[in-house]
Amino acid sequence: MPLNVTALVVFVLFFALVTFVGFASVHWRKGDMDLLHEWGLAGGKFGTLITWFLLGGDIYTAYTFIAVPALAFGAGAIAFFAVPYTIIIYPFIFVVFPRLWSVARARGYITAADFVRGRYGDRWLALAIALTGILATMPYIALQLIGLEVVIAAMGVQLQGFLVYLPLIISFAILAAFDYFSGLRAPAAIAIIKDLMIYITVFAAVIFIPAQLGGWSTIFAAVPQERLLLADNLGGYSGYATLFLGSAMALFLYPHSVTGVLSASNRHVIRRNAALLPAYSFLLGLIALLGYMAYAANVQNNPAYASGFQQFRNNFAVPALILEVFPDWFVGFAFAAIGIGALVPAAIMSIAAANLFTRNIYREFLNPNCAPRVESQMAKSTSLVVKVGALLFIILLPQEYAINMQLLGGIWIIQTFPTIIFGLYTRWLDPKALLVGWAAGMILGTWMGASIGFRPIYPLEIFGMTLPGYIAIYAVLVNFALSFGLSAYFNASAKTRADETRPGDYAAEGSGAGGMGH
Amino acid sequence: MDGNRDANGNGHGWHWTYWLLILVCLVTFCVPFYNRIEPMLFGFPFFYWFQLGWIFVSMIVTAYAYYATEQSDKTR
Repeated sequence: MPLNVTALVVFVLFFALVTFVGFASVHWRKGDMDLLHEWGLAGGKFGTLITWFLLGGDIYTAYTFIAVPALAFGAGAIAFFAVPYTIIIYPFIFVVFPRLWSVARARGYITAADFVRGRYGDRWLALAIALTGILATMPYIALQLIGLEVVIAAMGVQLQGFLVYLPLIISFAILAAFDYFSGLRAPAAIAIIKDLMIYITVFAAVIFIPAQLGGWSTIFAAVPQERLLLADNLGGYSGYATLFLGSAMALFLYPHSVTGVLSASNRHVIRRNAALLPAYSFLLGLIALLGYMAYAANVQNNPAYASGFQQFRNNFAVPALILEVFPDWFVGFAFAAIGIGALVPAAIMSIAAANLFTRNIYREFLNPNCAPRVESQMAKSTSLVVKVGALLFIILLPQEYAINMQLLGGIWIIQTFPTIIFGLYTRWLDPKALLVGWAAGMILGTWMGASIGFRPIYPLEIFGMTLPGYIAIYAVLVNFALSFGLSAYFNASAKTRADETRPGDYAAEGSGAGGMGH
Repeated sequence: MDGNRDANGNGHGWHWTYWLLILVCLVTFCVPFYNRIEPMLFGFPFFYWFQLGWIFVSMIVTAYAYYATEQSDKTR
């Protein structure tokens, strides 16, 4: 591909803009960056609109925007699981997550593992939850880099040798710097720009591209007809339903989602957002259809994009479509939207991982009496280490590793469901039982994933028939069974249960001025 | 309305609108029902326009649940 100078200039201009905003955001609702909840949760002061942008920017990532249409492009209807997935998640958030917000505000928790530590009084269970969060987040950050890599390559930036990674390294250095200084305020401010750019890009795409290609019916007609629907059998249905159910159960257990939720200024902000965030789901549904538009535009047979498809496979479908149908300046705008779309979640993910490490490993096990300033400094440094780790992941290992690891990440993070979600309602479950259930789910899920070559759907042989389903669901069912079964056993001989939370904490309004303690 | 009070009378327990939310979610699991081409709408097969449209239904129901629960919080 020849170097697309116009697109590159527009792209760089927007990157310069967000860099400026990232650094300037330290002054936004100014707080003391020597306190971890100021750096890592922006003081917990975000209202409805900022939380909407932040969570939208956080959970609808650059990789989502590349991978979901790539799945539609390559496999068809199954990619639309992203729609029911994000339909069922928000009623769940509406009912459950205000409880997490309230107990966190009442007790000064900044991570899910903080809550587990307080609720169950068990540091090892909290450690398991923290490690799972960090482990699931690392490959997710690495994947954001793939999104960035694809659009940079699509602009024809061809560098040789080690310089190949120079654009990625520069982008991540910028990201690391404003994260370090501004904490969560930086991605929150940038998310506003990024989300508006994504909305503009997608609406431009769904208005102009169908007109160019001859209408929606032409687009759907161009897709091989057997891919337009799911396989009309039990396996087709169970695969689809378990995939969106498991993805939904996992999404808000990810540390970056929890960080987004806990940075809200009150519990009503979360409930309002549960009604408002589906706007992004609609956007995601349209983005999935970009995969069909790419197919209808015949980019797969266009020699101009052959090298891109060879390098990035189906992940090149959307960049190729954008190059095919839009003028150069808008290509730069759209690619900048995707590129910045990589920075926002990567920033929040690394802050969330840093919060987990600092609170639940460093302060819990290594330096229990550390001063607040030391704690905050530790988190800032950890966020740098996390980013360097993600960068090395992409540079040193084949791309497949990051993709496979992210698939496993979803299977791993769902294993924290019984401990965190059931824990918001009951203290009946025993921490030792939860730990055993967690370990079994982790091992079983990893084994199932590895045994079928890291695909999400496992063909389970049960009652003499084959029932394909998302591995995360199968593994977490075993986790549930062990957690409940062993809890019944342990509770029969139980004495008192450690629990620092009070029932009223779960409905606390937390309206006291100055926000949270620590 | 007592249904919206939890053990402490804090007004954040189960509310009847939550049944509506469950109904919205259950419909998404009726995959065989919407896994079909006809009827088409604006060139979209049923599978696609139904799921996209259901997003709006879920938004409306969640917004309704929000106002209903906030109201009963105020009047308790």
